[in-house]
Amino acid sequence: MTTTTTTTTTVLDASGVTMRFGGLTAVRSVDLTVGSGEIVGLIGPNGAGKTTFFNCLTGLYIPTEGTVTYKGTVLPPKPHLVTQAGIARTFQNIRLFANMTVLENVLVGRHTRTKEGLWSALLRLPGFKKAEEESRDRAMELLEFTGLAAKADHLARNLPYGEQRKLEIARALASEPGLLLLDEPTAGMNPQETRATEELVFAIRDKGIAVLVIEHDIRFIMNLCDRVAVLVQGEKLVEGPAEVVQADERVIAAYLGTPFEGAPGKEELAEVEAAEAEAHSTTEGDAK
Amino acid sequence: MTTKTTNATATDTTKSAATAPTPIIPMPPAAARAAAVTGSVVALVGTFLAWTWTEEFPGNLTVTGYPGGLQVLTLISGALTALFALSGYGIRGLGWLTPGGTNSPTRLLALGVLGTTGYAMGAISSELGGLVNLEPGAWVSGIGALLAVIGALGLPADQGYDRDESPNLWGRIRHSLSAPEPGRAKELPSWAEILIIAAGFGIGLYVFSYGISTEYSELFIGFLITAGFGFTAIMRAGLIKQLSTLTAKHRNVTMAAAFVAAICFPFTQSNDQYALIGANILIFATVALGLNVVVGLAGLLDLGYVAFLGVGAYAAALVSGSPQSTIGVQFPFWAAVLTGAAASLIFGVVIGAPTLRLRGDYLAIVTLGFGEIFRITMNNLNGNSGPDVTNGSNGIPNIPDLELFGFNLGLPHNVLGTELTRSGNYYLLMLLFTAIVVLVFRRSAESRIGRAWVAIREDETAATAMGINGFRLKLLAFALGAALAGLAGTVQAHVSYSITPEQYQFAGSVPPNSAFLLAAVILGGMGTISGPLIGAALLYLIPAKLQFMQEYQLLLFGFALMLLMRFRPEGLVADRRKQLEFHETGQLDVPEDKPLPEGATGVAKAGA
Repeated sequence: MTTTTTTTTTVLDASGVTMRFGGLTAVRSVDLTVGSGEIVGLIGPNGAGKTTFFNCLTGLYIPTEGTVTYKGTVLPPKPHLVTQAGIARTFQNIRLFANMTVLENVLVGRHTRTKEGLWSALLRLPGFKKAEEESRDRAMELLEFTGLAAKADHLARNLPYGEQRKLEIARALASEPGLLLLDEPTAGMNPQETRATEELVFAIRDKGIAVLVIEHDIRFIMNLCDRVAVLVQGEKLVEGPAEVVQADERVIAAYLGTPFEGAPGKEELAEVEAAEAEAHSTTEGDAK
Repeated sequence: MTTKTTNATATDTTKSAATAPTPIIPMPPAAARAAAVTGSVVALVGTFLAWTWTEEFPGNLTVTGYPGGLQVLTLISGALTALFALSGYGIRGLGWLTPGGTNSPTRLLALGVLGTTGYAMGAISSELGGLVNLEPGAWVSGIGALLAVIGALGLPADQGYDRDESPNLWGRIRHSLSAPEPGRAKELPSWAEILIIAAGFGIGLYVFSYGISTEYSELFIGFLITAGFGFTAIMRAGLIKQLSTLTAKHRNVTMAAAFVAAICFPFTQSNDQYALIGANILIFATVALGLNVVVGLAGLLDLGYVAFLGVGAYAAALVSGSPQSTIGVQFPFWAAVLTGAAASLIFGVVIGAPTLRLRGDYLAIVTLGFGEIFRITMNNLNGNSGPDVTNGSNGIPNIPDLELFGFNLGLPHNVLGTELTRSGNYYLLMLLFTAIVVLVFRRSAESRIGRAWVAIREDETAATAMGINGFRLKLLAFALGAALAGLAGTVQAHVSYSITPEQYQFAGSVPPNSAFLLAAVILGGMGTISGPLIGAALLYLIPAKLQFMQEYQLLLFGFALMLLMRFRPEGLVADRRKQLEFHETGQLDVPEDKPLPEGATGVAKAGA
């Protein structure tokens, strides 16, 4: 599969990534590239291995086979080194530091970009205060960027769900990544929040950060992504522009199954379509 | 004249009748308040009369016209009850007492009067053999206390029920003792606020040294009852909350005030025995604070922490110049301190490097094992089953007293007209180390490293995904904790003259042991500075004062921990993070904010 945006440099290059758990092959020789300034979607039915693939990219799992390179260097299989290299991620189930404040959460994200060690902290060496202030300023900037600045002193666990997702993104951005991996950023969100997240992802892209996003919400993916890859049963099925992928019969089959002999009758089909159309119009209405 | 709260609830009842809290004992509020005031004053007057006829009961309660012993405690809590009850009348000049609840502190204090008086009457009649030994004064105070409690229970609750339900009797009693949060205190000039902080610490020091120098266990129990109810009452009244806002505002002043109050302590004690309790509390508290780095900040459950104290103490003892030391050298104290801390640090790294790859329960079990291995090794390095390094179970006795700048810590000295005993000297030396550990804790907690520790505690996977090298930072916490315990160990060796392996057990009857250290951290409040200090003070003081219950100590201790976990899981001093003024929840297991209703996502997904 060739990419449509060929003029960009490659940020992430995963080639032949395979992950086996005992006899189960969760991801089977998946190739994926992400260019700079690109938003790439990764979709697939439940259990297709999307999150496992993410974990392989970020060093939480060590792939059984295959390599992942970031800007030309092979990534070490340790999560903190991957983050240091420039890949940040969010989690499918929100994993904030619940009992830390919003600001502290973002400051933790700055960990790899600051150097002050224990001695510096204990003796309050000259650089300490400056570095702390810089981190704080940078963190507040990010909170303003994500619209959480007003809640900087709240505990993370007291934020509403949508803001927790935003905070996860802010925390990931704090590590100054070149590539951001978002694992279902709109799960559990209503249409307005989804739209806001869309805006946020575009804004992140405009900062020059490439984004790889796992998502179930096809509309979200359609609006957002330059390119979409479909993962089914651990293997990459299709890759290409969103419209192409959406029209691909194999993708539809993977999501909905293939028609069998007693395929749904015409009445049922009409019913489903009517329901979908209605849902469509309500969401449109909400969005406005 | 009825209180504002009753008015408020009266209007609220239009919504739902079930939410209007009725007093435990229904009576008109005016009568209830009058009864509370009268009762507490009567109890107070009773303390000036004789409570018993013989001096056999400790404290001499036979004198009329001059309260003594347990009577003083009744007197104090009676006076406080009267004050708080009067504050409910809205008298000018008393309003500052009750920025939060008004009636619940009165209730608690009245219960405290009854508790103290009742305990005194019970103790007199059981020790002297029968109620006949009570003189009229005791009955006057007792009846007064009872009247105060009845009146206080008749006062309306300070706040309505949260939910639309009427709880059972137990729930109503608990509710009647709860109080709303106080509002913001009036802005005062900063000198006044600093004075208030100083006064707060002054009172704290007085109460603490009174508790330490109680001469007999009856008085100490009475003290515990009074202090327990009194403290809860002023907390319900909102005074603690307001004081802690002040201390949060002037943090350096607070630290200085606490330090000065702590320095003053040995000058209030003329008895070496009580100063020794103070010194031992400091050692215990300092080690607990070191453990708090490991447990409270980094979230590593270490059940063998006392071994690090032991390493420090043994290292210091070996280089102390004790005739029984197998190394016949005598280091100057500063070098001994560095040796002890360095030995502990190395021991910490050696133990930590393999064990910190484990998480949770497994780590706890392995550290428990290493703690015991240390003790057994010290036992075996006796020349018989191993090389002779530590004299085995005999330990290293005759550790000489320190001499710093020509000042022999083993001898009493006269400072500013008061005599500073040997233990007083060591107390002050230890206080210096405590201050260092407090500083280390505070500075490391408020840095990039401290945040990384807390992040690891909260969610290690997410922390590593944020670029934190989990293993390295955990090892750092482990090593730092070990070094701090080693510091305390070097002083402990000198304070206790001799060290034996049996001092460093997992659980034992004398506090600095692993179980009690952990308990001090949890009881006091994980991740805080004052929590472990307070927890350690309580855990050391109570067994030291109540010798008679030594054999039940672990039983009672377990029971107390269970109650604490049930009613105040965050510990006596809640973490700063839990004290944030926004959305104070007060409990650890608040459910997460509910995600949006299922329908919302369903629509979004169906739209695909």
